[in-house]
Amino acid sequence: MNYNQYTSRLLERAVNEFAKLPGIGRKTALRLVLHLLKQPDEDVEIFSHSLTSLKKEIFHCAKCHNISDQEVCSICSNNKRDASLICVVENIRNVMAIEATQQFNGLYHVLGGVISPMDGIGPADLTMDSLVGRVSSEEVKEVILALSATMEGDTTNLFIYRKLGDFDINISTLARGVAIGDELEYTDEITLGRSILHRTPFRSSLNNS
Amino acid sequence: MYLKRLSLVNFKNFSELDVTLSKGINCFVGDNGEGKTNLFDSIYYLSFCKSYFNPADSQNIRHHNDFFVIQGEFSKADQSEKIYCGLKRNHKKQFKRNGNEYQRLAEHIGLIPLVMVSPADAALIVDGSEERRKYINGVISQFDKLYLNNLIRYNKVLLQRNSLLKEFARNKRYDEEALDIWDQQLAELAGYIHNKRSGFINELLPIFQYYYDFIAAGHEKVDLIYQSQGIDTNWLEIIRNARQKDRILQHSTVGIHRDDLKLTLTGYPIKRQGSQGQQKTFLLALKLAQYDFLKTISKIKPMILLDDVFDKLDNRRVTQLIKLVSEEHFGQTFITDKSEQHLAGILAHIPIEHRVFRVNDGYITMIENGDQEN
Repeated sequence: MNYNQYTSRLLERAVNEFAKLPGIGRKTALRLVLHLLKQPDEDVEIFSHSLTSLKKEIFHCAKCHNISDQEVCSICSNNKRDASLICVVENIRNVMAIEATQQFNGLYHVLGGVISPMDGIGPADLTMDSLVGRVSSEEVKEVILALSATMEGDTTNLFIYRKLGDFDINISTLARGVAIGDELEYTDEITLGRSILHRTPFRSSLNNS
Repeated sequence: MYLKRLSLVNFKNFSELDVTLSKGINCFVGDNGEGKTNLFDSIYYLSFCKSYFNPADSQNIRHHNDFFVIQGEFSKADQSEKIYCGLKRNHKKQFKRNGNEYQRLAEHIGLIPLVMVSPADAALIVDGSEERRKYINGVISQFDKLYLNNLIRYNKVLLQRNSLLKEFARNKRYDEEALDIWDQQLAELAGYIHNKRSGFINELLPIFQYYYDFIAAGHEKVDLIYQSQGIDTNWLEIIRNARQKDRILQHSTVGIHRDDLKLTLTGYPIKRQGSQGQQKTFLLALKLAQYDFLKTISKIKPMILLDDVFDKLDNRRVTQLIKLVSEEHFGQTFITDKSEQHLAGILAHIPIEHRVFRVNDGYITMIENGDQEN
């Protein structure tokens, strides 16, 4: 059976749109579209409305560039959070990952990527200037660099470090070392070597949970 | 450490093979194209998980077959290690140690130290500097994972910096600040790699000269000179100074990716100065020095595979070479030659365990057993 032959142009158009989504092939797209066809009208209405309003009404937080329903996101506008602490991350998924740890009570700054000339991404394509603006105008005491531990991540860290070098703030970066629950013999040599060099006082490891 | 038993199924021109080896010297004799080098390649596989010659694994399957299997039983400190390597066409290569499959091939590399000496090594002398950097990188990476890691990082930084330079040219712009961070990373890594390389060459040189003198049994002065654009501390400065040139050429003209190793005989390049026999001796000494290095680091005697080493060498050098490898100093040795006369003549005078095999169109027969227990 040829799945590319449809009896309806409308059906074909819907399938084409679904197939543009990541991880969705044409067969899956067809299954989803046929499923939607069977649903009550109002359900499909809600579904399509949620998509159009998502795109039209969503904000990128004016301060941290996280996605938000308002001009300023719920994290930045929460006055129980420590505004002197800014954690710099690559994307919105990283904000979610750090929020899920429940260990961080400061604010974020979403860069929107890391510097990588091979992918055509330079400092100007990131929210770098806005970060410098925040550090100079707000009462920031510490900036935590929480980018991926890749060469591009490290390079971006270096760039930010140089940009913020003139301000009287602490700049820290995530600790790198043996993962919790890992057997030492299965830890790669580079990570283990770094863990030995950057070992921490035992006392400080006692109260961490 | 030595290989006790080797069995092959459908590997290159071997349909089936099962051979028990001597822990001393193993000689394989036979005409061209009978499979001597293929046999060596299978042993190389067991150590490095890949072919010495052909990077496409599936091309090592015997024609008209769908899989190959290489199995080796090693004896390491009186313990048996069974290594299995299997490849089915269109499937992932499988590697097992004592029945357990490896998740990552990198975990296996280093378990069975081995040095291969092959006529293909001539590329080190005649080809461009890349071959010589590959040799240096290969030897250092075998015992220094941090070096390998930093080398990979260096190459990535280099790619990124070159992309940036091309982007500048394309958009007719120039951004010092953006270049700064790449220069700094490049310089830091270059300093580290430079340091390691020059340290390594310094340690290798006397060992290399010792082996050359021994085989040549003469007074030919050979040298290895590490050539680099910088010294370990001034990389940032010279990379910065090259910026204008790099901008025009749109790639990085300064760095350890331009390093070379100058190989000289009596002060002149061996490539032009050396006879074929001298070049061969040079390569042999280089590989034997690598062997020594590996032995010191791994604290066990690696296996050494000498493929067609007697070609181009005069009789005196051949005798010296055999004398050398039959010393206590070397572990299990594999040698190929076209006929047994060279080897038989020499082995008769040296009291060492050995076996001689004849390789004939994918089959092997033992023609001499010089093992002591027999």
